[in-house]
Amino acid sequence: MRRARPWCAFFSFIALLLLSGCQKPAPSAQEFQKSLQERLIAAKSGEVIDLQEGKFPISRTLSLTVNGVTIRGKGMDKTILSFAGQTAGAQGVLVKADNFLIQDLAIEDTAGDALTIQGGKNITVRRVRVEWTRGPNEGNGPYGIYPVECKDLLVEDSIAKGAADAGIYVGQSENVVLRRNRVEHNVDGFEIENTENVDAYENVATHNTGGMGVFNLPNLPRQGGRHVRVYNNQLVDNNTPNFAPKSLGPIHSLPTGTGMYILAIRDVEVFNNKIQNNNTVNVYIVHYKTVVDDEALRDTAASPITQQIFAPDDQRYYPFVRDIYFHDNEISGGGKSPDSRIPGVKALSDALGGKFPDFLYDGMVDPKWPRKSANPGQICLQKNGDATFLNFDAAGQMKHPVHDLKAYSCSLPPLSAASIPQLAASAPGGK
Amino acid sequence: MIPRSARRSLRKLALSCAGIVAAACCGCSSPRAVQPRMEEPFPKKLSDWHLFGATSPALQPNSGVVPYDLNTPLFSDYAGKYRFVWMPPGTSAQYREDAAFEFPIGTIFVKTFAFPFDGRAAERLIETRLLVRTKSEWKPLSYIWNDAQSEATLETVPDPVKIKFTSASGKLRDFTYVVPNANECHECHDNQKGLLPIGPKARNLNKDFTYASGSENQLEHWARVGYLSGLPASASRPHEAKWDDPASGSLDDRARAYLESNCAHCHQPGGQAGYTGVDFRLAQHEIAKQGLCKPPNSAGAMGALRFDIVPGHPEDSILIYRLESVAPKVSMPALSRDVVHEEGVKLLRDWIAVLPGNCPAAR
Repeated sequence: MRRARPWCAFFSFIALLLLSGCQKPAPSAQEFQKSLQERLIAAKSGEVIDLQEGKFPISRTLSLTVNGVTIRGKGMDKTILSFAGQTAGAQGVLVKADNFLIQDLAIEDTAGDALTIQGGKNITVRRVRVEWTRGPNEGNGPYGIYPVECKDLLVEDSIAKGAADAGIYVGQSENVVLRRNRVEHNVDGFEIENTENVDAYENVATHNTGGMGVFNLPNLPRQGGRHVRVYNNQLVDNNTPNFAPKSLGPIHSLPTGTGMYILAIRDVEVFNNKIQNNNTVNVYIVHYKTVVDDEALRDTAASPITQQIFAPDDQRYYPFVRDIYFHDNEISGGGKSPDSRIPGVKALSDALGGKFPDFLYDGMVDPKWPRKSANPGQICLQKNGDATFLNFDAAGQMKHPVHDLKAYSCSLPPLSAASIPQLAASAPGGK
Repeated sequence: MIPRSARRSLRKLALSCAGIVAAACCGCSSPRAVQPRMEEPFPKKLSDWHLFGATSPALQPNSGVVPYDLNTPLFSDYAGKYRFVWMPPGTSAQYREDAAFEFPIGTIFVKTFAFPFDGRAAERLIETRLLVRTKSEWKPLSYIWNDAQSEATLETVPDPVKIKFTSASGKLRDFTYVVPNANECHECHDNQKGLLPIGPKARNLNKDFTYASGSENQLEHWARVGYLSGLPASASRPHEAKWDDPASGSLDDRARAYLESNCAHCHQPGGQAGYTGVDFRLAQHEIAKQGLCKPPNSAGAMGALRFDIVPGHPEDSILIYRLESVAPKVSMPALSRDVVHEEGVKLLRDWIAVLPGNCPAAR
């Protein structure tokens, strides 16, 4: 309807002016925020909080502590909670509750993490977009979707962009499904940290600094993450320069152009993925000390707090990587220009003529393992197309590198699927 | 409004009111007596609690509502704070040396926040927070004062308030004061998932207060009016320095008192920031556990700063950086600080400047 009717519009305008005296005006931003927070505080278990279409400025963390609540918008591009003018609190939405569902909305431009879920059971995040709209910037919040210490977690069909640490993170949790999500322009696309029983499938990670990390770190109360399946994902073209500030810790040292890294963990099965064109390396399989730089280790040792609680020689922490099975993946086109910003990467790259193979493995072996084979860590890599390989012998300072995949051409028993109640056959509203 | 000059008359009035109420209240339920509530629904109006005989021209505490203050309080944007406690007749708190006392069911803590009206000595009441010991838990309630200063109304999500005044030292203070909402109360008060009072601990209450009846040590006063049992002899009571009074303790004592009152509610085992490993409780004596040469866990952009506290170098210490910021995510404490506490920061800068030792040098 291009042809406007100016008089009609004019009279409508007058009518609106006349009516505005007695009609309830649209709620102001302040009123919207206040009323939403009031609803979150007063909510009863089983309640659905519906949010209308629109872009709603929010200046302060929204928090929920009531179990059994659903927050539902009209779509991830239609209902937008914009924290661009955030003045108080660090997070966008902070949830400390069980049986929580959030879907069909966006959380933008938070000062800190966009969506934090702490210590919840039976948590679903569906069709949620989290984004820092200015693109990569070290001042962006660290995490997009940040469930931590959760049990039975589903994150699906969601989008994360611009996080200065990870777009979609899951930490210190168990029984987790991450599926059909898209992460772009974050430092790390996905992080699966100190977490047990995970299925990550049909996700896309592209244009991040790194596509996906599956790992254990020592500086956390819950240890022993393992049993992670990663399949049918695309981890491609993750070459955005690392923009994490140094104060975020190890993520600052993630090499630009990392497809996937597997660090200090066991029982990981990776299959049917496309892992391509990541310029440092498509797949990096490493021991904790291989990637944590000397300065960070020295800083950690400087305080008794970090020495005692967070030290890598903490008996609860196991820094070796083992029982990793990559099969039936399409892995190609990586390692063309390793990130020379990272001293360890630069040294290795210089030694290898400025290029890395598809798989890079540090070959670190726990002296306690039986050394009957050439592959005591059981790193099994087979049917991955023409993917190239190097064990760069980190312990032997690269004196005995291994290029031949033969010793690593083995298989491991398939891992079982992660089981969560949201995806059980009888679960209502699964999709 | 609490004109400072009127505080003495306030106290006199409070005393005479208390006398009248006591006389009038034998066997009857006086409308003047405090009306405790120990379960939902809580009164919508502050006046329904009958904590104050009058609120204008000053808060006049009702019978049994005992004013108190602290050696080193939490800084709250230069707000004036007026604290009172009430306990049901015949009940008393049980003394604890280190933790908050064990308070009886029905206890009410009452804290009113006020700022000067611009250009006047008089103060504008903003909010009165109640912490009520119900049968099952401590319940936080926030009452927001009306413009007429005649009544305060219960709100779960109070609006922020524009504040503008010129301080006694001639400094213009112009900022938005954020009143915590009901969820945010838990961020500071929760420990091991239970909500607790923070301020009323023996060491912080252990000071003289000028009551209507004259000056008296607060712990002794509480014991004398029947609000505290188990008070040990004066020599064995802990004592916290007054952060801004050099006569009350050494620089180290005062800095640590400041950290205890402003940081330790989160930074202690079981607190919201217990995971950082930093422990600012006064009872914890190791400087190393207060963040000496400790790299941050996961902070926002901090420039080139690497350690929480760098001895001799306040300018390199993340602790100072975060106290001097009002940006969300950077500023500490994370809640309820909207302006920089210049005098508090100076105290901690002075303290760090003379701390001995070194951290590893940057590359």
